[in-house]
Amino acid sequence: MAQNYYQKEIETMPREEMKKLQSEKLVKQVKHVYENVPYYKKLMDEKGVTPDDIKSIDDLHKLPFLSKADLRDAYPYGLLAKPLDECVRIQSTSGTTGRRVVAFYTQHDIDLWEDCCARAIIATGSSNKDVCQVAYGYGLFTGGAGLNGGSHKVGCLTLPMSSGNTERQIQFMMDLNATILCCTPSYAAYLAESLKEQGYTPDKIPLKAGIFGAEPWTEEMRHGIEEALGIKAYDIYGLTETTGPGVAFECSEQTGMHVNEDHFYAEIIDPDTGEVLPEGSKGELVFTSLDKEAFPLLRYRTRDICVLTRKECSCGRTLVKMAKPMGRTDDMLIIRGVNVFPSQIETVLLNEGYQPNYQIVVDRVKNTDTFEVNVEMTPEKFTDKIGEIIAMEKSLANAMKTMLGINPTVHLVAPKAIARSEGKAVRVIDKRKLI
Amino acid sequence: MAIKQLTVFVENRQGAVASITETLSAHNINIRALSIAETQDFGVLRLIVNDEEAAEKILKDDGYIIKITEVVGVKIGDAPGKLSSALKVLDESKINMEYLYAFMARTEKHAYVVIRVEDNDSAENALRSAGFKIVTDADIEKL
Repeated sequence: MAQNYYQKEIETMPREEMKKLQSEKLVKQVKHVYENVPYYKKLMDEKGVTPDDIKSIDDLHKLPFLSKADLRDAYPYGLLAKPLDECVRIQSTSGTTGRRVVAFYTQHDIDLWEDCCARAIIATGSSNKDVCQVAYGYGLFTGGAGLNGGSHKVGCLTLPMSSGNTERQIQFMMDLNATILCCTPSYAAYLAESLKEQGYTPDKIPLKAGIFGAEPWTEEMRHGIEEALGIKAYDIYGLTETTGPGVAFECSEQTGMHVNEDHFYAEIIDPDTGEVLPEGSKGELVFTSLDKEAFPLLRYRTRDICVLTRKECSCGRTLVKMAKPMGRTDDMLIIRGVNVFPSQIETVLLNEGYQPNYQIVVDRVKNTDTFEVNVEMTPEKFTDKIGEIIAMEKSLANAMKTMLGINPTVHLVAPKAIARSEGKAVRVIDKRKLI
Repeated sequence: MAIKQLTVFVENRQGAVASITETLSAHNINIRALSIAETQDFGVLRLIVNDEEAAEKILKDDGYIIKITEVVGVKIGDAPGKLSSALKVLDESKINMEYLYAFMARTEKHAYVVIRVEDNDSAENALRSAGFKIVTDADIEKL
C-alpha cells in the first residue's frame, strides 16, 4: 500500500535531523518561557537552571516538571506565554472549576495542532477526496475542534456533526457518503449497533476509516468496530494541556501511535523519582511543547503510564511511537470520554451535607459506559418517607452532573454497605477491563 | 398521644430484614406491626415495637440508620367498611396521608391502623370526634 504523508519531510525525518530540529526548537522555547512565564521561571530558578543550560534536547532532563497541580495554581493566566491580544482561542477540559484546564492558542498554535490532526487523517490512507464526519463534541472540548481543523487542512468535505443525535449522524453518513468517522470508540460502537438495528450491513456503510480517541479502548473493541462498520479503526491520543487530539496518531501498522515529536517531545520517567527511563521502559509519559506559543508546557506530567519505542515502522514514519496508555499514576477515570476524579464526587457529597463515604462503579454495557455512585445514607438525612429519599438521590445526581458534566446514577446505601478492603473503603470499581 | 414508630434504612439485599428482626428478637423486643416500602436500591422498614427506645439503641449500636417518627394509631372494628369510614374522616378533614398500614390484635375483635400524616393532632381530633378510639404507646405495650 502506498504510504501517504501530510508532511513527509517531518514524518520520515532521519533521527539525527529530528534531534537537531528538536534541539533548536527547545533552546528557543525555554528562552521564550523563561522570559514570559514568571511561574515557570520561578520553578527553573528554584532548580538552579537557566536557559543557557539548555543547549540541546539532551539537556531537557535538567528542566523542572509541571503537573496538573501547577495548572490549577496558575489558573487561568499563570502559564500564559503570549499577550492575550495575540491569542485567538481557548479550549478547556470538562470537569469542575477546581480541576478545569484552560489552554490558550495563538493562530500559530491552532495551525500546528490542525497539522497534527491532518497527519492523523492522512495516515489512515485518506485524502481530500474523503468525507470526514466529526462526531466528537464541539465547543470547549478539543475533540471536535481538532479533527475539524485537521479535516479542513487535508481538504476533506467536513461534516461538523458534534456528538449525539444518532439518527442525524446516520442520516448524514448515509446520504453524504461519509468515508471517515471521528469520535470516541464507545460512540463508534454505539453507532455501529444502531446502524445494524436499522438493517445496514457493513457493505452498505460508506465508511472506510475511523479515528477514535479521548478514552481507553481495547483491541477487542477495535476488532468489533472494524467488523461492524467494515472499516479500519485508528487510535489517536492527545490532551488539552498539550494541545488536544493529534499529539500522537496511529498509522496503517496499528501497533502504537506516532508522536508528533517535532512539536511534542515525549519522555518516559519513573513516576516516583522523576528520573528519565530508557526507551522501552514502562513509566509516566511526559510531554514538552517544543513550539507552541501561548500555552507552552515544558515537561508536563500526563499521569498516563506508557512505553515509547523507536523500532522501525513499516509505514516509513520515523516518529517515535507510544503504546496505548496502560493506566494512570493517579486515580483519574475516563467515563464516556470525560475525565472524572473521585475527589470531585467527594466535594459534591460534602457540599450536599453527606459524609464522604461513596463508591464509584463503572462498567461498559453495550459499548456505553455506565456510571453509578453509591453513597452512604446519613442519620441526619434519613426520613421515613420514601419519596423524599428518591428525591435526595436525584438531587445528588444533578449536583454531580453539574460538577462533572456527565450524569451518574446515584444509589443511597446503608452505612458500611460500601466494600472495604483491609479496612480501607474501595472508592472505585472499574469493571470495564480496558487495559 | 401519637404512637412512636421506628423507621430503619435497609439495604435491598437478601437477609437484610431478617438480620434486623433477629437482632430485635435476641433482645426480647416484640414487633407489634411492620411495613416495608422499597425501591430497587433500598427499603424503608417501619416498625411498631413494645419498647422503641431500647430497639432504637440496639439497632443504632449495630450500625443501622434509625429515625423515630410519631404516627397516629387508631382502633377500628374488625368488619367490612370500618377502615373506609376512618379514612373518610381524614379525607373530609382534608388531611393528607403519607402512608398507612394495619394489623390485627390477637385477642380482641379489633384491627389497628397506623397512619402517617403531617399533623398528628388534627388527624387524632378528627378521628376522635367521629367516635374512633386513638391508640397510644401505652395501649401498644398492653397488646
